[in-house]
Amino acid sequence: MTDNLDPRPDELKQRVWESIQRDELPPRDDRGRMRVVMNNLILHLHPSKVAKPTLKFTYTWGLGGLALLLVALLSLTGVMLMFVYTPSPETAYRDMLNLQTEVWFGQLIRNLHHWSGNLLVIVAFLHLLRVFFTGGFKTPREFNWILGIGLLLLVVGANFTGYLLPWDQLAYWAVTVGSSLLSYVPLIGEPLRTFLLGGPEVGAATLTNFYGLHVAIIPITLMGIVSFHIWRVRKDSLSIPHKLDGSVDGSAGPQIEKVTTLPHLVSREFVFALVMTGAILLWSVWVNAPLEAAANPDHSPNPAKAAWYFMGLQELLLHFHPVFGAIIIPALALGALAFLPYQRFDLSAEGVWFRSAKGRRMAVFGALTALIVVPLLVLFDEYALDLPGLLPSLPTIISNGWIPLAALLLLLIGYYDGIKRIFQATACESRQSVFVLLIVSFIVLTVIGVAFRGEGMALMLPWEVL
Amino acid sequence: MMTDKTVTRRDFLKIAWGAAGVLALAETGAVTLSFFAPRLVAGEFGGVIEAGAVDSFQPGSVTPFTQGRFFLVRMPDGGFVALYRKCTHLGCAVPWNPAEGKFICPCHGSAFETDGQVINQPAPRPLDRFLVTIENGIVTVDTGTPIQRDHASDADLVYAEVQS
Ligand code: HEM
Ligand code: FES
Repeated sequence: MTDNLDPRPDELKQRVWESIQRDELPPRDDRGRMRVVMNNLILHLHPSKVAKPTLKFTYTWGLGGLALLLVALLSLTGVMLMFVYTPSPETAYRDMLNLQTEVWFGQLIRNLHHWSGNLLVIVAFLHLLRVFFTGGFKTPREFNWILGIGLLLLVVGANFTGYLLPWDQLAYWAVTVGSSLLSYVPLIGEPLRTFLLGGPEVGAATLTNFYGLHVAIIPITLMGIVSFHIWRVRKDSLSIPHKLDGSVDGSAGPQIEKVTTLPHLVSREFVFALVMTGAILLWSVWVNAPLEAAANPDHSPNPAKAAWYFMGLQELLLHFHPVFGAIIIPALALGALAFLPYQRFDLSAEGVWFRSAKGRRMAVFGALTALIVVPLLVLFDEYALDLPGLLPSLPTIISNGWIPLAALLLLLIGYYDGIKRIFQATACESRQSVFVLLIVSFIVLTVIGVAFRGEGMALMLPWEVL
Repeated sequence: MMTDKTVTRRDFLKIAWGAAGVLALAETGAVTLSFFAPRLVAGEFGGVIEAGAVDSFQPGSVTPFTQGRFFLVRMPDGGFVALYRKCTHLGCAVPWNPAEGKFICPCHGSAFETDGQVINQPAPRPLDRFLVTIENGIVTVDTGTPIQRDHASDADLVYAEVQS
């Protein structure tokens, strides 16, 4: 008889609430806390318990979570912008002006979207660096590193396609210059570029194509891969931070303490997300996203610079034959980055910042080398070296491509060998030093491109910049 | 032992299904790619443009055609060449600089001679040219396909027939 009794509570209000939130709030014990995490759509991205040492802020710096927050902010503000923007050359620029002067809080929403997008490039890059320097890519997390590289490319792709949408001079010429890099890919480059642009030059078809990519294809792919990425982090759990002597950072005994995700991780995430949202909001209230004159296909501004995250590439392009600057060197770098987790490495150094004490010294050495050598090389090439002029009988693809690339690769191999011997280091530590050298070189090139290139892309010396 | 070369029913079906799957993927790919292929709109840049009468262009002159995106150059010896204004380096619009007598790209400083030849890197090749035809004293330029070249040469120049 008792079988037929409805077990639900009598009061309607309580029945409705329990149909939404199944578990008791606030939970009474650890079991209840774990159940809340498991049964909540958003919280279940987490495991129900996490290793206590991984909570330390200076291990992850909250960078993956910040990237996620930015993706959410971008989706929100991006969808809002879609309501006040039409992607056609006749309307796009007018809509931007309208957005900034007529739409309530239009400028603020545009600023939020603009700055979050740019910040995401930086944050994804920093996240990559933290994963690299703590060895977070090692077995079993190799494939999550590959997913991460895919995410980084998508983030840059989203930025690049979004760059065109305001249809001002900055947008038009940055995309002209950026997409022309593709033309240098042998055989398929030109057709690929025409396909992307929807014609031989940046025009109405390009705007339509980029809009579709920017608001649908890239975000949907990005969110799919982000879900995969985070699911993998949950499955593999985060790598455990270790101190130099091999002991676990932040744990007393050899046993790694676990704590419930709620409230230990969730509260930290919440506070960090709140602080960062506040910071981005403040920044966006004070600093406006740039908007230049309307796009004019008949007149290139001087200098026409690519978007800032492509300035390192553009700087390379000024020193190498375009096939090398735009294709071969970036492809080599990306290939090396993707191959990284599949090399043999020392598993014992998991979670140790910069692998070891020696690793730290060698990383600093790599950074200093890049800081000194790269500006000197740029100056040397700008004022003294003229390989095509010295070797007039060779095609520039050899004199300004293969020859300098071979020279640089030899220098790198020499560097690797040299420091390995001088520091009596392992392959792992030496490789890290080379990685630091290359990353800092790329940053230095980007800074030179952004700050030290003036009219006609001529090099300006520091005292001329000010 | 001899290897058995007969294809079992299971193997055959496996291969057939596999092939059908690959075919379906290829078809989907082809449909998607053609759907997104560039759509040429009639009347836009890319048509044949009537530039004007031969005599309206002085020998040694450079005339910009903004709509057609080219410069009609008449060399001092009377030969015509139409230069696509798109920089062969990274695609900026190259203006004619009358003071210096050359084309100078504002973006990364490439410079080109009157006939399109590179004077200054980083541009890897001369400015592309368009097909010029002269009929009944009228110069027309076909902006449909830019013609790439490794070196600018006098063979690129088009002359009006000598009037008898
Ligand atoms: C949209 C971009 C990205 C998002 C939203 C994202 C999100 C996350 C989150 C939330 C974590 C958890 C731990 C942490 O916060 O550090 C994580 C870990 C990880 N990420 Fe990402 N990530 C992104 C891009 C990347 C990139 C560019 C890479 C590297 C190529 C990468 C590789 C990894 C790896 C290997 C882990 C595991 C680290 C460990 O166990 O120590 N991710 N990511
Ligand atoms: S686009 Fe003309 S020099 Fe680079």
